[in-house]
Amino acid sequence: MNRMAETAISRRIRVDKLFKALVIILSVSSIVPMFLILFMIVKNGVSVIDWQFISHLPKPVGEAGGGIANAIWGTLILIGLSFVFSVPLGVLGGIFLSEYRESKLAYLIRLSVEILQGIPSIVIGIIAYVWVVMAMGSFSALSGGVALGIMMLPVIVMATEETLKLVPDSLREASLALGVPYSRTIMKVILPAGLSGILSGILLGIARVAGETAPLLFTAFGSPFMNLNILKPINSLPLTIFNYATSPYPDWHALAWGASFVLIAFVLGLNLITKLVTKRWKVQF
Amino acid sequence: MNHTIAEMMMPAARSKITLRYKWGVSEASFRKILYLAGLILLVLLVAILFSLVVASLPALRQFGLSFLIGKTWDPVRGEFGALAFLVGTLMSSFMALVIAMVFSLPASIFLGEYFPHGRVSGFMKSIIELLAGIPSVIYGFWGLFLLVPMVRGLETAVGVPPQGVGIFTASLVLAVMIIPYAASIGTEVISLVPADLKEAALSLGATRFEVIRKVVLPYASSGIFAGILLALGRALGETMAVTMVIGNSNFLPQSIFSPGNTMASVIANEFTEATGHLYLASLIELALVLFIVTTVINILGKLIIRKMGTRK
Repeated sequence: MNRMAETAISRRIRVDKLFKALVIILSVSSIVPMFLILFMIVKNGVSVIDWQFISHLPKPVGEAGGGIANAIWGTLILIGLSFVFSVPLGVLGGIFLSEYRESKLAYLIRLSVEILQGIPSIVIGIIAYVWVVMAMGSFSALSGGVALGIMMLPVIVMATEETLKLVPDSLREASLALGVPYSRTIMKVILPAGLSGILSGILLGIARVAGETAPLLFTAFGSPFMNLNILKPINSLPLTIFNYATSPYPDWHALAWGASFVLIAFVLGLNLITKLVTKRWKVQF
Repeated sequence: MNHTIAEMMMPAARSKITLRYKWGVSEASFRKILYLAGLILLVLLVAILFSLVVASLPALRQFGLSFLIGKTWDPVRGEFGALAFLVGTLMSSFMALVIAMVFSLPASIFLGEYFPHGRVSGFMKSIIELLAGIPSVIYGFWGLFLLVPMVRGLETAVGVPPQGVGIFTASLVLAVMIIPYAASIGTEVISLVPADLKEAALSLGATRFEVIRKVVLPYASSGIFAGILLALGRALGETMAVTMVIGNSNFLPQSIFSPGNTMASVIANEFTEATGHLYLASLIELALVLFIVTTVINILGKLIIRKMGTRK
């Protein structure tokens, strides 16, 4: 009797240990792809990158050299455009949601922002195509900026709202009690108090759109030339990676690895800066 | 935003004191601007839905519901049925979900239950965060050069035509992409399980495994389900990575290894080449279907999670 009870207990303990080992093994293996991706990009990408790669335009197949300068500039321009479209509206919308948080309208808007965030990026691309490309009659950097702006918007609204909600009422009351009008209280007291959160929201939004390809396929479209005119098609890093990676030429694959390295360094760098911003500038209440 | 001319012409008639600053925004119009910004966000969503419906009207009129069950997608003859893409989307997403669960559930238990704090879990959490930040085109590129040859080897071993690209490969890439997403939601809901419940079970002599199986998982089950839903929403709409490895075939897939297309990937492939009214409208109708499905799934998932957060 005693023996049997003991074996039952030891069996349960064994199962417990086995389970824990299994959990550890599976969870550790779930982060393996991260290292595989980073390893492949660094291995294949670093050797391609030199000054010429960053500063020159792409060359036709077969010719050695060539760079991705147009894609880098294009990505920066697209980010700039999306910033203009999304940051003012997003921050104001976030202020509205945190100021009137109980109202029915705020509830509806919050819901629609959440839905906006979940819309697949390819659908956003189609919207920008219908709204901008069809209206203007050609692919353009502007339409790409609109698409990326719509993608950035929910991130910024949510970050602004979440941060401003955390600003204590006593700050606002102190400001109002001094006779500071409402609009000044918001602009000069509440917003600065939440600056780090809003800033990190903007950076995260940029990191989100910097790597987007799908919404650019039929808006910014891509271009092999250097283009700084926002009414013309423009190239971007993710588009370059897509076009080169799916091409049959090994030379272009090498360029794609290089472009991937630049893009991933940019995106992960932004994520890192975001963390630093949140840590360093966080106002403690 | 300035005052209307009428207001400016008769300042004395207004009893309200209006404050203005050097940038010319009065108190009242400041509130109006805030309202306007909020309204624009709401209008934006309505306008997106409206535009999708309007732009896909020709296809909606022409095919009606048979659009979703038609087997042929033949742009040359003007015949558009999306069944092959629906099947491709569902097959790749659900396979990806199953593969992802095998890793994301243990990862959530690891981070939410076994090691909620400490250096190891901090490291894991930041890796998972980084994994979620990698652009999808890079996942696709990586899949094309690492997974495709591997799958080709597997296919040779199993004895099916070794194409490498196909629905199975797409699910693998998708699984890698949604693991961090599902894992972080899972971690969150598992760490919400009240400690006193777990301690009660432990004090009755349950092992850690029994606590997880009989207390933690049942308590967190609705949240884990919501996490699966949200991950599914991601997988359904994912475009670039899938487009690069799925093989882009417009025929109904015969097996999990056959090449196919998802709704998102067919849009990405054919939209710029779409000539003709009906072709374009059919592709936009695909986007409309995608929009509706992902929106319903996302709202459901978020509702469940919100309910879970308020449960005491």
